[in-house]
Amino acid sequence: MTLRKIAVPVLAILIFLLAWEALVWVNDWPNYKMASPSDLGPAFVKYRWLFLEYGWQTLWRTVVGLLLAVVFGLLLGMVMGFSRLMRDALYPLLVGFNAVPKATVVPIIALLFVGQHNMNTVLMAFMISFFPIAVSVSIGLSTLEPEYRDILRSLGASKMTIFWKIALPKTLPEFFGALKVSVTLAFIGTNLMEIVEPHGRGLGALFDSGKISADYPLMFAVLIALAFLGIVLFYIVVWLERIFAGWAERPAG
Amino acid sequence: MSDLIDIRGVTHAYKTDSGPLPVLNDLNISVPEGSFTAVVGPSGCGKSTLTRLIAGLMRPDKGEVWLHGTRVKSPRSTVGMAFQNPVLLEWRTILDNVILPLEIVPNKLSKTQKQDRARDLLALVGLEGFETKRPSELSGGMRQRASLCRAIVHRPEVLILDEPFGALDAFTREDLWQIMHALRAEEPFTSVLITHDLRESIFLADEVVVLSGRPATAQYKLRVPDTGRRTLDDLYTPAAAGMLNTLRHQIEVAQGRAPAASFQPAVAPGQRAKPETLP
Repeated sequence: MTLRKIAVPVLAILIFLLAWEALVWVNDWPNYKMASPSDLGPAFVKYRWLFLEYGWQTLWRTVVGLLLAVVFGLLLGMVMGFSRLMRDALYPLLVGFNAVPKATVVPIIALLFVGQHNMNTVLMAFMISFFPIAVSVSIGLSTLEPEYRDILRSLGASKMTIFWKIALPKTLPEFFGALKVSVTLAFIGTNLMEIVEPHGRGLGALFDSGKISADYPLMFAVLIALAFLGIVLFYIVVWLERIFAGWAERPAG
Repeated sequence: MSDLIDIRGVTHAYKTDSGPLPVLNDLNISVPEGSFTAVVGPSGCGKSTLTRLIAGLMRPDKGEVWLHGTRVKSPRSTVGMAFQNPVLLEWRTILDNVILPLEIVPNKLSKTQKQDRARDLLALVGLEGFETKRPSELSGGMRQRASLCRAIVHRPEVLILDEPFGALDAFTREDLWQIMHALRAEEPFTSVLITHDLRESIFLADEVVVLSGRPATAQYKLRVPDTGRRTLDDLYTPAAAGMLNTLRHQIEVAQGRAPAASFQPAVAPGQRAKPETLP
């Protein structure tokens, strides 16, 4: 069972890499058009220390941005979920904010806090990823059936007790669903900033320097590294979800 | 026996966009300690509003609700509630669901004592062996039984049942009626049942109150004779047929489909108690 769980996705990845290799080989594309998987190995080896250092920087900035998004998104979701007035007031603002393409915000922030590369990157990751969390928590809380509340309220329970015992756990499945979306969004935010800001660091900056020096295998290697980090973070969220909201999972079959 | 629940001249209206919508009008109901009152009436006549008023979740515009000699102004821990939707918490086991009120209501029970209390109740309703299951693994009838256990686990003085059997199939419903009697034999609660099912009302209750159409007032009260422990067979006696006939007519009057005066009560043999009509 566990063998199958590991073997099947690994096999799928291998097939994907083979198909990629075959595509480049059949078309006889040169390296500066499209790198093939066999070029990636040398690129990773050549820049292994940069990959480790920059990969770590991208990872921690993304995670910090994501944590901020979780805290802020939860708070905003709670405010909007419990107060109709706040929901009516904040919803259009929030939707408008989310509708602005984040690539346009990058130069604004980069100019606003010149040189604060760490902060800017974290800020970008945060700004791009809190929206799904806030919306899902607010919807989860505002659609709580009144009977659930009445069960505890009729016993004289306080609002905080109702929140901890019922509202919060009941919202967890929605929260984790949103968090999975936010993880990938946060990576986009981090990389946007790393690519655009001059003298930046992190995988985005590595990608940019690969582009400047026309090192196509390096650019593709960065993409693969980003995909790898994304997979790792995503499955950490899945693991947390299983611990805290595993009850919402229906048994298969 | 003193009256445990006393509803005095309660009038209530909801505020809507098109002005106030009166739902209750000078409603008077009193329920003696340990007895069981069923409230029936046409759809949308304010029956659920009544449960929320008794539970202290709402306050009436006019009139008073008294529980055990104190006026109800806010929720109190001496009340237990069960709804048509069992509203069990999916992330808790059945046992932990039943324990929930004991985590809220102040008490001196240890964790083990709480679990024992919940286990005893679950056994009483035939859910022994399901303690560690999740609600999603249980059938609708079983979930409703667990919900009943949760409603009485903290030994409330008053049990408020808002159509708890309404969504169940006929056989399961009859099962739960009998379980309700079994619970009453063990637990000393006073109960108010909101229902649409006339057979259910005369099988479970000591007194059936028919509410009029909106704004509702107590239109008619029927005392169900005490014949000891009831069985389902009691529903198929001439006395039961007479009571059902009376109630059905009263509902028609409440719906405005029959004039109040047209009715001649069917005199069923063996029916001792005379229905008392309130002015």
